[in-house]
Amino acid sequence: MARDIYLDNSATTPVSPAVAAVMARALTENYGNPSSLHARGTEAEKMLADARRALASRLEVKENELVFTSGGTEANNLAVIGGARRNRRRGRHLITSRVEHPSVLYACRRLEQEGFRVTYLDVDTTGRIDPAALPPALSGDTILVSIMHVNNEVGTIQPVEEIGRLVKAFRPDIIYHVDAVQSFGKLDVLPARWQADLVSFSAHKIHGPKGAGALYCRDGTALEPLLHGGDQERGLRPGTENTAGIAGFAEAARQAFAGREEKMRHMASLKQRLADGILNTIGGSVQNGPAPGAPHILSITIPGVRGEVLVHALAGEGIFISTGSACHSRRADPSHVLLAMGRTAGEIAATLRFSFSVYNTEAEIDFTLEKLRRAVSDFRLLAGRKK
Amino acid sequence: MKRVYMDHSATTPVRAEVLEAMMPFLTLTFGNPSSLHWFGREARKALEEARDKVARAIGAAPQEIIFTSGGTESNNLAIRGVARARREKGNHIITSAIEHHAVLDTCLALREEGFEVTVLPVDEHGKISLDQLKAAITDKTILITVMMANNEVGTIQPIAEIGRLAHERGVTFHTDAVQAIGNLPVKVDDLNCDLLSMSAHKFYGPKGVGALYIRKGTSIKVFNFGGSQERKLRPGTENVPGIAGMGRAIELAVDGMEEKVKHVTGLRDRLIEGLLKIGDVRLNGHPTDRLPNNVNVSIRYVEGESLILSLDLKGIAVSSGSACTSGSLDPSHVLMALGLDHQTAHGSLRLSLGYRNTREDVDYVLEVMPEIVARLRAMSPVYACKTKEVE
Repeated sequence: MARDIYLDNSATTPVSPAVAAVMARALTENYGNPSSLHARGTEAEKMLADARRALASRLEVKENELVFTSGGTEANNLAVIGGARRNRRRGRHLITSRVEHPSVLYACRRLEQEGFRVTYLDVDTTGRIDPAALPPALSGDTILVSIMHVNNEVGTIQPVEEIGRLVKAFRPDIIYHVDAVQSFGKLDVLPARWQADLVSFSAHKIHGPKGAGALYCRDGTALEPLLHGGDQERGLRPGTENTAGIAGFAEAARQAFAGREEKMRHMASLKQRLADGILNTIGGSVQNGPAPGAPHILSITIPGVRGEVLVHALAGEGIFISTGSACHSRRADPSHVLLAMGRTAGEIAATLRFSFSVYNTEAEIDFTLEKLRRAVSDFRLLAGRKK
Repeated sequence: MKRVYMDHSATTPVRAEVLEAMMPFLTLTFGNPSSLHWFGREARKALEEARDKVARAIGAAPQEIIFTSGGTESNNLAIRGVARARREKGNHIITSAIEHHAVLDTCLALREEGFEVTVLPVDEHGKISLDQLKAAITDKTILITVMMANNEVGTIQPIAEIGRLAHERGVTFHTDAVQAIGNLPVKVDDLNCDLLSMSAHKFYGPKGVGALYIRKGTSIKVFNFGGSQERKLRPGTENVPGIAGMGRAIELAVDGMEEKVKHVTGLRDRLIEGLLKIGDVRLNGHPTDRLPNNVNVSIRYVEGESLILSLDLKGIAVSSGSACTSGSLDPSHVLMALGLDHQTAHGSLRLSLGYRNTREDVDYVLEVMPEIVARLRAMSPVYACKTKEVE
């Protein structure tokens, strides 16, 4: 097989040719500053408005409820830090889970240093939060609840709608934030149905560009901006807008939503095919996270072989996967997600993540399975000899 | 219709060479630099190559460059980051009255956290006084932030001297050089600065990318939290195509700069000379210490906004001041700091040139301007009074 097989789509995705074309035009022709009064400026402003409309309609929210950011991390920071700081007079308590993305978890740690109290909800062995654990955690002092929709390492889908219902039933003025970075463009992401006040998005997970993201900010939700210095994005996110990136983001969303269900069925069948193949033929292998879970993320533990070794072995065959999240891959400490799911350090070190895109094929999956099986048996044989 | 873009201080088009440098990282080598595999390593390589280019352009070491989402974020990170990191040493910050809002608003917001902020006035040309600066420094001063060249009136500040004064007193010095790259020589050691902000889209790079130079040994605290990218100073998946574009853009901006500056300065002076001939027109900013591409004039008895829209109909893109405030009704804080009255400030116009502008562009502007000014003045009641008085 000559072509590379890219199965690390939760880390990042290639920009699609149509998105690249939209961006190239924006960069060189429609290059105005949207704040400028002249034609170049108004053209750029229109491009920005079109992008905002395109994204808002897919989320079934109002256009003015979208704030563009430099990506998912900034959107999560703005939601959690901005939401907490702005509402600190109403209370000092936050609730999140142990399996959130670092941009939520480290934002919470920072807030703890500022005098906030944070409850980290536990998850079960599949990585799922038990909604029944939420009501006892809620208190009169709670101002913000932040839960991710789809986990980036294991693909667990959280019951965000039920959590929203519980939060709002307890007190409607508690800010409810959902990190939808891994689910937007794939699963149903409907802030209104979830009763979410804030929802985070990132373009580069859906074949859009890096450096662009957004935060849905329901009308009336008060946030303290992270940055100062201009009126852009209603003052919530000052700085000249990344117009080309934003236009690329909207185009990527348009493509992701075209035939979305068909694409999801395709990815889910690839995931199933690979999971079945591994679990049936590689002894001792275990799937992390619930089956089916999100259609595009598969986490597998293969005892006895270090994940990193398999990542390198497969890379040698032109197959690109990861051991967990990309943000985590350069760190030595074990994944906080798998730890929260009760896995041992040894199991975690033997874990692989496969993440799919609509561009992957069955042939790629079969080739990957074959190479993975061979690599595992080689390494196991080698380990056996050493003993 | 002829189209003339003279708003390069607001933003610039991406150069073809820059687009070419960006495209592979969108579609082919699109990896996440944190990934361990080939795609990740290629992306990381691009990131480090761009860092080298930015560092080389300003005479810094690569590890002293942090990529951000733009000039606003760079300024925020520099000011907040240093203020919070040096909090135990003191709580006093000095800035100037004509800084970009990303600097000024950030400093003022720090007041709420218990910092004291001295806002230095400027003279009629937009220069700060070194004596006033010296007098303002106290034992509690931890940070001075003064922009290298003003975005509205183009005045260049004595940055090297400010840096020297700061360092004599152990004060950290930040300069916002967003407008300077490609227009002025920017070498961090010559400028005696500890931090320096840059924005790619001001020098024919993409929007959504900037950088902050942080001199080795400068203490700084982060305000974004997440992954360990950019030495944890700026978490989040790096905007690799944008950063690669910035690397290429700064290389091109610095390459043959003298030639471009000479060309642009010639156009600037021709434009100023022509505009002053209209009558009741004053040049704002410094007569000589100004950006080679900046023209800022007040045209009396004319509303700047009407002028911009009239010029736009003729295909000429200019601005009334900074783009960031062009939607607001308040007069420019920069022009007010220079001592202009409201009315004069409202009649101001900024024309910022780029290397692609030609003598024909300038002559076209000078050809259509007098007619437009005359027509707008004819509608102005104030102008009518004035002419009556003269009669």
